[in-house]
Amino acid sequence: MTALEPSTTPGSSAPGGLVKSVVELDRVVIRLAGDSGDGMQLTGNRFTSETASFGNDLSTLPNFPAEIRAPTGTLPGVSSFQLHFADHDIMTPGDAPDVLVAMNPAALKANLADLPGGGLVIADSDEFTPRNLAKVGYATNPLEDGSLDGWQVVAVPLTGMTLEALKDTGLGKKEAERSKNMFTLGLLSWMYHRPTEGTVRFLERQFRRKPEIAAANIAAFRAGYNYGETTEAFAVSYEIKPAPMAPGRYRNISGNQALALGLVAAGQRAGLPVFLGAYPITPASDILHELSRHKSFGVRTFQAEDEIAGIGSALGASFGGALGVTTTSGPGVSLKSEALGLAVMTELPLVVVDVQRGGPSTGLPTKTEQSDLLQAMFGRNGEAPLPVIAPRSPGDCFDAALEAARIALKYRTPVMLLSDGYLANGAEPWAVPAVEDLPDLTVDFATEPNGAAADGTPEFLPYLRDPQTLARPWAVPGTAGMQHRIGGLEKADKSGNISYDPANHDLMTRLRQAKVDGIAADIPPTDVDDPDGDARVAVIGWGSTYGPIGAACRRIRRSGRKVAQIHLRHVNPMPADLGEVLGRYDRVVCPEMNLGQLALLLRARYLVDVQSHTQVRGLPFRAAELAAVVQDVIDSTTPTASTGGTQ
Amino acid sequence: MTTSPHVHDLGMPGTPIDANIQQAIADSVATQGEKQTALKARDMKTDQEVRWCPGCGDYVILNAVQSFLPSLGIAREDMVIVSGIGCSSRFPYYMNTYGMHSIHGRAPAIATGLAASRPDLSVWVVTGDGDALSIGGNHLIHALRRNVNMTILLFNNRIYGLTKGQYSPTSEVGKVTKSTPMGSLDHPFNPVSLAIGADATFVGRAMDSDRKGLTEVLRQAAEHEGTALVEIYQNCNIFNDGAFDLLKDPSTGPMWTIPLVHGQPLVFGPDGASCVVRDDFGGLRIAETNQVDASEIVVHDATREDPSYAFALSRLSSQDLRYTPMGVFRAVRKPTYDRMMADQLEEARTGSTGDLGALLAGNDTWTVSA
Repeated sequence: MTALEPSTTPGSSAPGGLVKSVVELDRVVIRLAGDSGDGMQLTGNRFTSETASFGNDLSTLPNFPAEIRAPTGTLPGVSSFQLHFADHDIMTPGDAPDVLVAMNPAALKANLADLPGGGLVIADSDEFTPRNLAKVGYATNPLEDGSLDGWQVVAVPLTGMTLEALKDTGLGKKEAERSKNMFTLGLLSWMYHRPTEGTVRFLERQFRRKPEIAAANIAAFRAGYNYGETTEAFAVSYEIKPAPMAPGRYRNISGNQALALGLVAAGQRAGLPVFLGAYPITPASDILHELSRHKSFGVRTFQAEDEIAGIGSALGASFGGALGVTTTSGPGVSLKSEALGLAVMTELPLVVVDVQRGGPSTGLPTKTEQSDLLQAMFGRNGEAPLPVIAPRSPGDCFDAALEAARIALKYRTPVMLLSDGYLANGAEPWAVPAVEDLPDLTVDFATEPNGAAADGTPEFLPYLRDPQTLARPWAVPGTAGMQHRIGGLEKADKSGNISYDPANHDLMTRLRQAKVDGIAADIPPTDVDDPDGDARVAVIGWGSTYGPIGAACRRIRRSGRKVAQIHLRHVNPMPADLGEVLGRYDRVVCPEMNLGQLALLLRARYLVDVQSHTQVRGLPFRAAELAAVVQDVIDSTTPTASTGGTQ
Repeated sequence: MTTSPHVHDLGMPGTPIDANIQQAIADSVATQGEKQTALKARDMKTDQEVRWCPGCGDYVILNAVQSFLPSLGIAREDMVIVSGIGCSSRFPYYMNTYGMHSIHGRAPAIATGLAASRPDLSVWVVTGDGDALSIGGNHLIHALRRNVNMTILLFNNRIYGLTKGQYSPTSEVGKVTKSTPMGSLDHPFNPVSLAIGADATFVGRAMDSDRKGLTEVLRQAAEHEGTALVEIYQNCNIFNDGAFDLLKDPSTGPMWTIPLVHGQPLVFGPDGASCVVRDDFGGLRIAETNQVDASEIVVHDATREDPSYAFALSRLSSQDLRYTPMGVFRAVRKPTYDRMMADQLEEARTGSTGDLGALLAGNDTWTVSA
């Protein structure tokens, strides 16, 4: 919903004597929907950039089909981009749009059900041809047959006006038509008072080798803006004031971008070359793309022949002293499992990024899910523990990547970083950190023997652990006198030689577990948001549900109820105080985009009767729905003796 | 650190970010003295008990490699041996170098990451016919086409030894084993043909028991810049004993072995009775030397850019090993992957400030003032 009580201010006088009013809103959710060839993602990203530079808080939800170009004008080919922006800080891309821009009948049909009654539909009337209507099963034109009476509909000949605006450019009809997304962006930029210079600069940069295309897009963009200013179809424009944010320098950033930059920063702060071994996979490929552009920071990217070679090469590079990284999504993790076991056994630093998507198998490649948690925890043969870290927002992917690298380097272990499709493609304003404030990840390579043979000659013991961290020394090839052999066979304690000794295997298995468990002492206590400190019900989440859960908690608190939000960044090991924290609450609700994987872990670890609330729709939770679920729990929680008794 | 007078590029990677690795190496030299390059075979041995079956061909290869490696003048610290799974893959444990005994089939991938990020190292892969051609076939062909600087030793015993005797991807058709009591059905790979088909820049073949021939092929492979594949026929005396006797037996070996010597005519057999000539379809065939004109006999040229000739050579042999060329099939120069990767990094660095703060900020920022 838009602001409850919009305040109308007298507007400026537009050319032609038209008086337009300006309505002030506190937030808006816009969904742009069109054919996958219509450039909706680009349009959405541009609107996002304009909105970010204007200073609103924002959150985005791109939603596109796995097919690159499904048949034009069909329902499977619909691609959409939802943007929520506000004059205050927000946590989600919005439960439902206030405004739906439909570039064709398919886009309208696929998205109308999400638009609450009274919402605004802006439709390209030129695309509502009998042929296009028939493709999606409309018997009559919904723009004319009254079926949209419950909504405000503005039918605009976007295509025709774009062609008209470009008629003198010499571009063919087909090419000129492709600029209709920029015409639409221009119109929206006028409607919401967005700054336009950034988009003009972007188009000039994007098409610098095709100046005529740049000029056409800019002309269409300006024509759309001017159309808004002059047309009678839109009598109102909207103002959403900048959101108060902490002072600092900001940029707009997507999760995959932030994650990639976090890895570059980790390499720089560790003083190590970053080596990425990766095989392209949706929705993780953009990390490979981004990192491949940063060779000047000593980042080596290797597009491997398969997922296994991706992790194998990264592990090989780690053996050589690099920060080895491999990026993938769930199906790729399945393929990497054996090599992950090798990384656990060889105790080398390695960051494994899983940008989760809908599963199982190929599943829903472009949709989001959190269903790889148990795979990350247990998806290997043998007792093969490894730390698991999950970012909570697109910008947080940066910090999570640094944290994953920190733990990998300090504890000499593979670390699983669980992002997801929603974080990967979603974007938000991000406070650009100062380099000197980033953690120092310097590592010490082993350069001299740490033990002595029976005859007293110094020797290097590759599995002689640091008593504090239980990490083994990292001696890279090339280091004089430190030759040693590692591998997947069980290693003898300290010497690292092959050992089939039962007691040694028992010891080593427990040591590997203790090393990972011990990281709990090196991470912050549980992150609890319980404003009054006396909530009886807590909602616990991990990863990208942070935003929707947070938004739900705000709603609940606005209704006068009390609720605590607990969020886990470190999923393995969990914070040392988590059991005690959970014990403070009468009820614990755990919403997840899977069938209850964290809930299973919490129940097993802490014997807490966690109430699991799950959904696997390929989309983030809606805050209102979550709030309703949690409110029911709060309202059905009776006072317990400990909190309600008077004795 | 010392710079060793050998063929491998031991210049440290030039990126400033690799400085910490360079520093660690310098520190180790400062405390433990210069790396030694004047080594003997015994310097290559470890204190680990070698645990192959008595009589295994792997012992012979291990001895040959330990004797040969010192002649390269590379310090042990600058060598890394990566292996997969199988009998041969225990090799690293017995070599006093850096090593990784990894997982089944993946050694070329692991070695690729190591070699691509550390061009200063001499990287070796030890693998077997099952490891390299069955479970790891994909990694092998991609390593070969990429031409990363490493040397792959493929011990081919034409059987699965460590799992106790199933047929392998190089076993002859009809092989009766535990898993194929009525004989195997699948056609075997010829590893040399496969490698040449993948455009490998160096492909050689040697016999475990032929110390001289093996050493010569190893030397050329080690000196080659790029990925070198050496197929080593290796006898498994437990599960496939005598697999190469046709070539080893002095009474039959010379008849069926075609020694490959660069620049020499391909004449072989007792008294040079047989030779290799071109056939009518662009391939090669065996002929009797006294039946052809000397000018028709093919003169071996391992440096031919077009792999067709080397491939044709590899097709002369049959599954039962008659007419098996031994030696270096192909040795051509092409840019190596690791060098090109280093060059791209270097190119990216010129003209870039390498300013992390600027990278994090990107092109589009706005400032919120207090």
